[in-house]
Parts: sequence; C-alpha cells; structure tokens
Amino acid sequence: MADATTPTITRRNPFANEGFWLAMLGLGSFLLLWYAAVKWTPIQAFNRLPDPLTVVREWLSPTPSYGISIFTADYYVHILYSTYRALAAFTLAILLGVPLGIFMGWKRSVHQYAYSLFSLLRPVPPLAWVPIAILLFPGVEPAVIFVTFLVAFFAMTMNTYVGVKAIPEDYFRASACLGGTNTDILWDVIIPGAMPSIFTGLQIAMGAAWFSLAAGEMIAAQYGLGFLIWESYNLIQYPTIIIGMATLGLVGYLSSAAVRMVGNRLMAWREQRLGTGG
Amino acid sequence: MGDTTGEFVGTGLYKSYAGAGADTPAAPVLADCSFHFEAGKLNVVMGTSGCGKSTLAYLLAGYQTPDRGTLLIDGEPVTGAGSDRLLVFQETALWPWMTVEENVLFGPVSRGQSRQSARPKANALLDRFGLADFKDKYPSQLSGGMMRRAELAQALVNNPKVMILDEPFRGLDVMTRELMQEYYLKLFEDTRLSTVFITAELEEALFLADRIYIMSDAPSRIVKIIDVDLPRPREISCTATRRYAELEQEALTALYEGRELEAL
Ligand SMILES: Nc1ncnc2c1ncn2[C@@H]1O[C@H](COP(=O)(O)OP(=O)(O)OP(=O)(O)O)[C@@H](O)[C@H]1O
Ligand SMILES: [Mg+2]
Repeated sequence: MADATTPTITRRNPFANEGFWLAMLGLGSFLLLWYAAVKWTPIQAFNRLPDPLTVVREWLSPTPSYGISIFTADYYVHILYSTYRALAAFTLAILLGVPLGIFMGWKRSVHQYAYSLFSLLRPVPPLAWVPIAILLFPGVEPAVIFVTFLVAFFAMTMNTYVGVKAIPEDYFRASACLGGTNTDILWDVIIPGAMPSIFTGLQIAMGAAWFSLAAGEMIAAQYGLGFLIWESYNLIQYPTIIIGMATLGLVGYLSSAAVRMVGNRLMAWREQRLGTGG
Repeated sequence: MGDTTGEFVGTGLYKSYAGAGADTPAAPVLADCSFHFEAGKLNVVMGTSGCGKSTLAYLLAGYQTPDRGTLLIDGEPVTGAGSDRLLVFQETALWPWMTVEENVLFGPVSRGQSRQSARPKANALLDRFGLADFKDKYPSQLSGGMMRRAELAQALVNNPKVMILDEPFRGLDVMTRELMQEYYLKLFEDTRLSTVFITAELEEALFLADRIYIMSDAPSRIVKIIDVDLPRPREISCTATRRYAELEQEALTALYEGRELEAL
C-alpha cells in the first residue's frame, strides 16, 4: 500500500522559473512590435491604430479622453454585465448539459435520439446563431445569454457523455446484479464515475462562454465588453477598443483560471481520498 | 447452509455476438452448450482463453439472454440479473469511489435495507475475510488479494443461492493465488454454497472442483465432465496424490482431444 495520503506540494517561485521569463519576453516583444508597427512603419493600416503607451495611458487615466478607464464607473458596469452573462450561460450549460450528457451516455435510446442532431448543431459557430437568437427571444439579455450558452452547453454535454461512456461496463453489470435501481446507478455509479470528465468539461465550458460572449454583445447589447469594443469602433475611439479587448481577455482568463483551480483542488482531493493518482 | 438450491440446467444453448458492422456475420460463441450444474457443488468450468467462458457467466447471471436453448435455475427460466445469482468478475468491479464497506453495503441498501441494519452482517463478513481494518479504505488502497476478498464479501452479503466466479484469481501473483485458492476452498467447504467457478487453469480446477466441465474452443459447448473425487476437506497436499495425477491425466487428454477436433 503506497502512502498516497500525504501528497507533497511544493510551492514554486514564479520568478525562479525559466518559463515565466520566456513568457514575459514574449509579451514584451509583442508590445515592442506593436509600438514599432504603429509608430515607425509607413504602413497606413498600422498607423491608424493606437500604440500601446497611448492605450495604457488612457486605461489608467483619471480623466480619459474617451470616457472609459479604470477610474470610471462605466468601465465596471461593462465588466459586470459581461461577467453576469458569462456566468449565467455557464450555469445554464451545467444545468442542462450534465443531465443530457448523462442520459446520452447511459440510455441508448436518448443517444440515438439526440446524438445526430447534436453533431449537426455543434459545429455552427456562436456568431451564426445571433440572428436566430434575436428572432427567438423577446429581449436583448436572453438572446445574448443564449448565444453565450451554446458552445459551453455543447462542451459540457460532450464531456459528460464521454465520461459516462468511459465507465467500465462491469460497474453497471455489478450494480444491476446487486439489485441497484436506476437511482442507485445514477448516484453511485454514473455521477462519481463521470466526475473527472465533468470537471474537464467545466473548464472548457467557462472558456467557451467567454469566447462566445463578445459575438452576442457586439450585435445585440447595450452594455458589456463586447458592446464596448464595437461601440468604440463605431465612435472611432480606438484606444477604448483595445481596453475592451484586453479586459475581455483578462476577465475571461481569470474566470477560467478560477474554475480550473477549484476543479483541480476538488480532483486532487478526490484522488487523494481514493488513493489513486500521484 | 448446504440447502440444495442454486441448480443450473442449460439445454442446447446458443449465443453469438452481432458483428462489428451490419454486414459482418455474427460469430457464434456458444453452440449447443448443455450442462447440469448441481446445487451445493463446486462446479468448475474450464476452457481456453476466448472460448466463451465469460459469455456463459453472463448468461447464468442473466445479463445476456441466449439466442436459443433453455436455461433454468431451480426449474425456473433465468429472465434477468438478480441477487440470487451473484457474479464475481474477472476484472475487479469494486467501485473505486466507495470505501470497502460502502461497496459491500451497496447490495443490501439497494434492495431497501437500511444502512444500520445491513452493517452488522457486512462487518462480520469483512471480519471473516480479514478486512476489518480496511473497511474504510478505498479499493485502490488494497492489494489484489484483498480486493478479491472484498468482492467475495460484496457478493456473499446478499445471501445468493448460487455464486458465479469468472476467473476470480486471474492476474494475482502465484503466491497470492495459491493462498486465495486455499482460502476460497475453506469458505466453500464451510458453506457448501452452490457455485460455478470459471477458470483456465487445470491445477486450480482440480484442486477446487467437485466436478469439472471442459469447454471446447468457440463455438463452444461442454465436451467432457470429470468427477473430482478427491476427499474433502482438501489440503494443498492432495495435489501430490496418485488420484490427483490420474485425474490430471484424464483432463489433459480431454483438453488435447478437444484441440484436435478443432483442428479438423
Ligand atoms: N460484447 C461482445 N461483442 C462481440 N464479441 C464479443 C463480445 N464479448 C465477447 N465477444 C467475443 O466472444 C468470444 C468469447 O468471449 P468471452 O469473453 O466469453 O471469452 P472468455 O473465455 O471469457 O475469454 P477470456 O479467457 O479472455 O476471459 C471472444 O471471441 C470475444 O471476442
Ligand atoms: Mg472471460
């Protein structure tokens, strides 16, 4: 019996890590290239764009020229709207995707019923759903959330489905043999068995929600980071476009990282408890 | 103890699996397979790898239905899985996310017993199998032999009429395997629970069996029955007796005959 209950966690110092410096170098050279392209090349298309210094100055300015910086309330209203929509879509994706994935993996009839339809709809990109969403839903909010939800939902369903499919057949046989009812099988075999794959699904779904969000917001919303980007373009407020994009990337990254962290914690706890893994 | 239920009678069983695609023909696994596994006996089924032993086990347990033929348990047709016929699997089927005790309790609790009332019996069995100190561990924290004992406890707690064991000791190292055989034999001799024990190993078959049923290669049926009249309770020393050697010879002859028939 390996003593698997005492994992050794070594906290790494990011500054002592070669990977960290390489990442910084990558980021730095990107900014430099950007600056050079805008300032020092004779290419018109590039000269139109704001350079990184202008963007940062605008972003951090207490009195921004175009009305959006970290000191303005509007900035946070946009962030909050986007976060709210991404989280709502993410939650819906879990609530609907997990049960559907479970039943598709478990019951042959549900699989046959849903799978081909599902496979046809899955490759349709979020942007292509926007017109239908606007026609389908009475207000802006549900339409945007619907578009944000779709890819996350597909990811959630597929991951759950794959997780259920990966449970060894003997686990079902044993449970049937011992007199397990469908409820027992669901709670004691399927859900714990598919759990690792469901966690992976959560991470993908969170990323997918942010990824799709901007498409919906650009076209149908009055607030949100996607709206901010599109609106700034229309109003020729170019630095604000970049602020919106960078904020979208940042918030999306942070929420995905949060889901990943919680997921990894839970999985590590589970593995440690079950004595598997490391 | 020793009540004589759990008798299987199979007559002319056929079973084939559908091919991978619609156009590939079904490969017959069992063809005209007949047997009479007596109650209160340790019936051993022997056959080479891939001959259809697990398929037979699934039919007996009721996970699968034969294409043709009749299969009766105590005179009644087998119609589905049930806790009166318990199968111990070739690969472990303990749920990795439940403790040993939770695994053992699954059957009784599934059938509506309360955890509290099922626990004493579960713990008595775990105790008997030397797992008392491991009941709160997870399967992955047990050795192979312990897992097998936990599986026996998981099955026995349900008071089955008959136990079906599908190569239960496959994959264990030689030492553990021999220990488990002796252990299992003692359990059987104490309870005389009707048993179908599937194996591919002749020594294991001879050491354990009251009667050995030898299967041909697929499409398989029972081609030879050998009564193992070695006295019980048996010790490992019985494998050194003259009678054991004779039985071994008889079984080997049957196994090779079966092989020659296939080659024709
Ligand atoms: N679900 C299935 N679908 C199609 N073919 C199957 C299926 N299960 C088993 N077979 C085939 O049926 C034959 C018998 O399989 P079975 O598992 O019953 O043999 P076995 O004697 O238990 O083998 P082993 O010694 O490997 O456990 C094999 O050729 C196998 O490939
Ligand atoms: Mg087998």
